[in-house]
Amino acid sequence: MENFFTRYRNASILVLVLFAQVLGLAVQVKRTTESGSTRLIRFWVVSAITPLEKALVDTSLGVRNVWRNYLYLRGVRHENRDLKAQVERLRIEQVRLSEDAAQARRLQALFGFKEQFISQTVAAQVIGASGSDQSHVVYIDKGASDGIKPDMAVITPDGIVGKVLRVFHASSQVLLINDSSSGVGAILESSRLQGILQGTAVGEIMMRYVMSDEKVAPGERVLTSGGDRIFPKGLPVGTVQQTNPGSDLFLNIRVKPAANLSRLEEVLVVTKIIENTPQTPEPSGPVRAADILAERLPRVPQKPAVSATGVAASQTTTTKPPAGTTVTTPTPKPSPPATTPSTALGQSAKPATGQLQTGGTSTTTKQTVGAPKPSTAQNAGVTTDATGTKPAVKPSGTTPPAGASGATTTDAAATKPAVVKPAASKPAASSEAAKPKPINSVGQPPKPAAPPPQTPPGEEVSR
Amino acid sequence: MTDMPIVRTSREEIEVYRFGPIASVLIPIMALVIQAFVPVRFRSFAIFDLPLLVTVFFAVARRSQVAGLLTGAIIGLIQDALTHQAIGLYGVAKTVVGYGASSLGVKIDVENPGTRLLVTGGFYLVHQAVYFLVARNILGVTMEWLWVRTLLAALLNGVAAIVLFAVLDRFKHGT
Repeated sequence: MENFFTRYRNASILVLVLFAQVLGLAVQVKRTTESGSTRLIRFWVVSAITPLEKALVDTSLGVRNVWRNYLYLRGVRHENRDLKAQVERLRIEQVRLSEDAAQARRLQALFGFKEQFISQTVAAQVIGASGSDQSHVVYIDKGASDGIKPDMAVITPDGIVGKVLRVFHASSQVLLINDSSSGVGAILESSRLQGILQGTAVGEIMMRYVMSDEKVAPGERVLTSGGDRIFPKGLPVGTVQQTNPGSDLFLNIRVKPAANLSRLEEVLVVTKIIENTPQTPEPSGPVRAADILAERLPRVPQKPAVSATGVAASQTTTTKPPAGTTVTTPTPKPSPPATTPSTALGQSAKPATGQLQTGGTSTTTKQTVGAPKPSTAQNAGVTTDATGTKPAVKPSGTTPPAGASGATTTDAAATKPAVVKPAASKPAASSEAAKPKPINSVGQPPKPAAPPPQTPPGEEVSR
Repeated sequence: MTDMPIVRTSREEIEVYRFGPIASVLIPIMALVIQAFVPVRFRSFAIFDLPLLVTVFFAVARRSQVAGLLTGAIIGLIQDALTHQAIGLYGVAKTVVGYGASSLGVKIDVENPGTRLLVTGGFYLVHQAVYFLVARNILGVTMEWLWVRTLLAALLNGVAAIVLFAVLDRFKHGT
């Protein structure tokens, strides 16, 4: 026996080492949770490797920032101009979307649906990857010390990225959605078909379990369904790239991820999700800046309930469009519904489902994704003030249009949470008597408006 | 007249190289760090397997089977720890490669670029085959063998080995 081992020493060692590793694999297969020994190996390796990776990332970022911020500034003015134009476009779009969102919230409240809001996120830097084609994971520079826990969702402003798999002291391992062991509940935006997203061996994302007799068009957006209890409902996942009939009863839908998974730099870890039932708007409370902005925008009054031709005439003459708006001549238009004033800019400045808004570069950002985000609406209103946009309704010193915006304002007060308006946009009380008695959408007389606000024009309105 | 193939040299002609302790530790660590860092920015870089190339390089240079398999096992286990899968998949694959490369290094001269390309490309295939078999049969991982991709990766790793080995040759010390 001794001669055997001496003669085949190298082969024996090979068999021994292989046997030990296979035994270790078998033990890991049997145990569903990670054993102490493997956890320790990972801990050591990650603790040794990630500081080096972090140093590399920091160095490269420093060099890149110096280059981009101080040296390579070609085209910055042009880009700045384009971005400003884009901001303007997005503001207009936001107003439109917030109206839809407000309507959706009212419906959700009506049916008692629960909705999930991302209330807190932690910004993290991607510092490394597994380096393997078989394992699509990345490492981020935030760990248990930053409040990261396993199974937290990881997203970017473009779309979802993955979930936290393992947490170390100062770093975490994130399983990407294109890994073959990943699974995300998903829903097609327009057709509302639900399925499960899974990664493939080559790093593609496939949506499974959609029946083959369904019609799925390429280009359709895919959102999270919330069924996996990790990602909140409505986050963008990607778009349908290709659809093929599968070997079984289901379609093979290839999805192009919205987030660029092959070039991740900064991500957001969702550390807190709140779930609640949306409340119907209450008649009292603070008003959003979006509503103030809506009231300042030129609008055609609702047809008064009583005959007041002269009143209507004076209304069109006293309503002044804000500076910078494209609306120059307030032409008569069909009157909006009674609830429109409060919902024109949304009961809450809630971005439409699937829109993400990042909190910038701060380490911890509080934000709402697919949920009400008051600050955006407030910012919109405040910015408008700051740019010197004139209020559509003249300040209180002027004679207000009798019944002009009164119907809309009072109606808004009845349906929106509150009235905290700048004094400049408040009609004078003397016109109250001349106003036709407004009726809101539910056929009830509106409640009296809240007292005039103490907030000066241009100051930020907080909830 | 000898019946030896042209690529094969006699055992006495093959030089056994040694490496300093710093190079022995730092080169594998650097390979692992680069392998983990670069794919974050360039995902396609993951087609290269720098730890495998380093394993092959050390194995054929040292020409010791035990050293080769232990080097492969350690590098493979560290690489496993960076993935989310069970620890031992890369360990087993690189142990086999380390043993095989050192066994081959004893018998043939692997100093010229052409041999390095073939040897590294071949061991890449062996590595992938062992990984595939272990993952599928022991862990039950659903995987598919992609011939075109694997052959392309083997070729690219072979080309990368020519460059990398030329750099790493500077750290070799003859005995």
